[in-house]
Amino acid sequence: MRVTLTVNGSQRTADDVWEGESLLFVLRERLALPGSKNACEQGECGSCTVLLDDVPVCACLVAAGQAAHRRVVTVEGLAPRGELGPVQQAFLEAGAVQCGFCTPGLIVQVHDLLRRTAGAGLPPPGDADIREALAGNLCRCTGYEKILDAVRLAASRLPVMP
Amino acid sequence: MQVPTHVEYERASSVDEALEMLSRAGGEARPLAGGHSLIPMMKLRLAQPELLVDISGLTELSYINVADAELRVGALTRHAQLLDSAVAGERLPIVHDAERVIADPIVRNWGTIGGSLCQADPSEDLSAVLAALRATAVIRGAGGVRTVPAREFHAGPYETVVEPGELLVELRIPLTANTGSAYEKVERRVGDWSVAAAGAVLTLAGELIEDAGIGLTAVGAPHFCAPEAEEFLRGRRAGEEAFTTAGQIAAEHSNPVADQRGPEDYKRHLAAELTTRALRKAFERA
Ligand SMILES: Cc1cc2nc3c(=O)[nH]c(=O)nc-3n(C[C@H](O)[C@H](O)[C@H](O)COP(=O)(O)OP(=O)(O)OC[C@H]3O[C@@H](n4cnc5c(N)ncnc54)[C@H](O)[C@@H]3O)c2cc1C
Ligand code: FES
Ligand code: FES
Repeated sequence: MRVTLTVNGSQRTADDVWEGESLLFVLRERLALPGSKNACEQGECGSCTVLLDDVPVCACLVAAGQAAHRRVVTVEGLAPRGELGPVQQAFLEAGAVQCGFCTPGLIVQVHDLLRRTAGAGLPPPGDADIREALAGNLCRCTGYEKILDAVRLAASRLPVMP
Repeated sequence: MQVPTHVEYERASSVDEALEMLSRAGGEARPLAGGHSLIPMMKLRLAQPELLVDISGLTELSYINVADAELRVGALTRHAQLLDSAVAGERLPIVHDAERVIADPIVRNWGTIGGSLCQADPSEDLSAVLAALRATAVIRGAGGVRTVPAREFHAGPYETVVEPGELLVELRIPLTANTGSAYEKVERRVGDWSVAAAGAVLTLAGELIEDAGIGLTAVGAPHFCAPEAEEFLRGRRAGEEAFTTAGQIAAEHSNPVADQRGPEDYKRHLAAELTTRALRKAFERA
């Protein structure tokens, strides 16, 4: 089947999509956007997190057809002109990346958290809020401390976000 | 890549159209709501439907409102929406207690209440919550609408009374005065399924318990509830003694099985302890 959707601001069409395919498969294998990672493919790890109509979801568990005519933003869309976004910059500076497999999902999820809090003119999220927001993003390398540092850093210097 | 076997896909644009698609295809069709239970099962070949009828776009089934002293929740309401609902939080704290510990925020953004219930996994948290609350399920088919008490909704593990060609469309939860409620869950790590969990709803008349609802998750309690413990509590003075005994009765009537989440005796211990804790908290909140 043919699936038309908006990805990172552009209308995209994927052809020959197989009915049982996931949105993650469409993004990675058909639209050449390998930023979102496939790890567990069972909704457990969050490395496939994308924004679907502005809401973070596990792309591995969304059927391709369900994303038709909706807006998707992947980690690639958070660095539109090849420049790092504020969350990505903070991850880099804080040393919150080791193997990097969890990073795209975390960047998308943290972007969402900050857009709803500090980026919307509200107080920055506290540690408990950050931990809760990231509960679905597993990292096997960092031990999370540097990730928390990165989120705090990004929150501290946020302008109001789009 | 984990990929399911061949399946057809159709997207419904109304409840009527979904019902028509489902009944045309017969028993081999499955509604696709959030897909967060169905798609993992399909990837593992534990489910092999021939047709997916996508109902995820049916906004008409996504709502939370109050009518006739009931909270009415559309089947396609997402977990995150229920957790955001102020009226649910104020009037039914048991629902928010449970929603906070169902999976993680990303899964809660897309998984639906109706899908959760229809999946009928013995570890599904909302089944016990709705049993404790004596909620009612509204089911629609070509022949019309019927209602089923939450305590009669499950026909067994992974089985419900929703027939092929029917859809769960709404859940109705009574809002009762002088009532408190709570849900207590033990999981191995954040976001995991319950090792065991218990929910309690207490309606008080002065110092006495007028009515009690107890729901149990993942311990093999028939219909996710504990009627013997509820019966014991009714008419009794609310307090530690009653709550402890009720916990023991609930545990005696549960039938947990050992699995990777824990041995039988530990789960039975949890059934007692968590029931007592949930009753205590429900009492404080009443
Ligand atoms: C990583 C992970 C962790 C989880 N942890 C928990 C947890 O701790 N506790 C918990 O309770 N749940 C947990 N869940 C389950 C989650 O709550 C459910 O996956 C989800 O809510 C099911 O809803 P869905 O909309 O995705 O259902 P779907 O997967 O779309 O559907 C599930 C089943 O119900 C049927 N169905 C769906 N909607 C209807 C309807 N309206 N009428 C008739 N049939 C219907 C489908 O055909 C299918 O058979 C977890 C899920 C994941 C992926
Ligand atoms: S790959 Fe989607 S949650 Fe792990
Ligand atoms: S950096 Fe390796 S999984 Fe997080």
